[in-house]
Amino acid sequence: MDKRTILNSKHFEITLNRLASQLKENHQSFENTILIGLQPRGIHVLTRIQRILEADLKQEIKCGQLDITFYRDDFRRREQPIIPSVTNIDFIIENKNVVLIDDVLFSGRTIRAGLDALLAFGRPNRVELLTFIDRRFERHLPIQPDYTGKVVDTLSSQRVSVEWSELEGEDKVVLFTEDK
Amino acid sequence: MNNLSVDHLIGIKGLSKEDIELIFTTADSFKQVINRPIKKVPSLRDITIANLFFENSTRTRLSFELAEKRLSADVVNFSAASSSVKKGETLIDTVNNILAMKVDLVVMRHPNPGAAKFLSERIGARVINAGDGTHEHPTQALLDAYSIREKLGEDFKGKKVVIVGDIKHSRVALSNIFCLQKLGAEVMVCGPTTLIPKHIHELGVKVEHNLRRALEWCDVANMLRIQLERQDIQFFPSLREYTMMYGLDKELLDSLEKKIIVMHPGPINRGVEISSDVADSAQSIILDQVENGVAVRMAVIYLLASQINR
Repeated sequence: MDKRTILNSKHFEITLNRLASQLKENHQSFENTILIGLQPRGIHVLTRIQRILEADLKQEIKCGQLDITFYRDDFRRREQPIIPSVTNIDFIIENKNVVLIDDVLFSGRTIRAGLDALLAFGRPNRVELLTFIDRRFERHLPIQPDYTGKVVDTLSSQRVSVEWSELEGEDKVVLFTEDK
Repeated sequence: MNNLSVDHLIGIKGLSKEDIELIFTTADSFKQVINRPIKKVPSLRDITIANLFFENSTRTRLSFELAEKRLSADVVNFSAASSSVKKGETLIDTVNNILAMKVDLVVMRHPNPGAAKFLSERIGARVINAGDGTHEHPTQALLDAYSIREKLGEDFKGKKVVIVGDIKHSRVALSNIFCLQKLGAEVMVCGPTTLIPKHIHELGVKVEHNLRRALEWCDVANMLRIQLERQDIQFFPSLREYTMMYGLDKELLDSLEKKIIVMHPGPINRGVEISSDVADSAQSIILDQVENGVAVRMAVIYLLASQINR
């Protein structure tokens, strides 16, 4: 297995800050905006961006965590059922601007399920998508991000992993390639 | 482990502790779902479920039906009272006819013990036992234990539960004993000698005939309904006498040193096994049990359905 770091911790931080700035540019006061992280690993992107925004704007940013397990389209097509994580959205998203946040955008199926799951909490005014990594040539569905940390061109046999200092000890993005 | 170790839910006896815990963590997620404005998820949209009730039921059937509908499954209902069973059709024929209409999962209640196991060995669909005679009622035991877990925490070790009443005719009692013991709780049964099976201590439960002593020992009291319909002979002189000896009223509940939790699988005979003011008191979790019933059944159906391969 070949392992290559494609984003080191320094650039990792710069990227997160840029994403936060782009959100600020489009949402200004965040009055009517809600950030929703997708379980499990989108939550880490959400937490970091929330921290940057709150430190910067000195106000609370409304955030939620969404689990999409029950909305997936591969139920019964997997060997093992996926164990759901917690959904933590204690507000109605009716007429809000929602930013869905995930770590890696690949086939787009997770986001499709996320859009479905979101509707259980009301009809949002507008939904945007922020992904830290966009594997742009691997899409199965017509879904594109509005905010992207880094675009990566990969083969479907490769794997991209976003690692976090609080979990793996260091902020970085790693590209894994199977040995031929 | 993300998979149940069984293909059918026939009884708690066949489940492992890990199975039960998996059902509980999955039920936690479904409990969130059913408390949302839109209480439905699309997971089972290509699954068809038949509810076969060869014996009367309101609560269990409604609970199963709601659970199935909230998972987006297609549901067909069947009750023996208005069917060909009355015309002499056998169980296997009835079920095979229903399965010929492409049903993936069968929920069945039947008056004969062992009916669910019998069926599971002969048909291609998954079977969930919703009560088979005096044998088992696994989903009731799961929701009871889940409700206790919600109140007293995830670790059942050292928790003391007493089951009071008609142990002999109760499938709820048997399933509860298996379930609580697998989770590590201590179980006691309490009732008149005639309603306690002779060899029940071999299951490792304590036996007590004095209600007060039983209540002083326990953290949770599960008050079973007196099932007059299952009793072919008289097991106690009169209902009034049963209530005097084994009925739980407010006076008795308040005289205990610790605040115990009171449960009842329903339907309640108010004023018989439990008085109205106890059933409606803060210590009673009877309605929590009903709410949890839907979440737990969603979890069971979801986990079994996830094993069906197309």
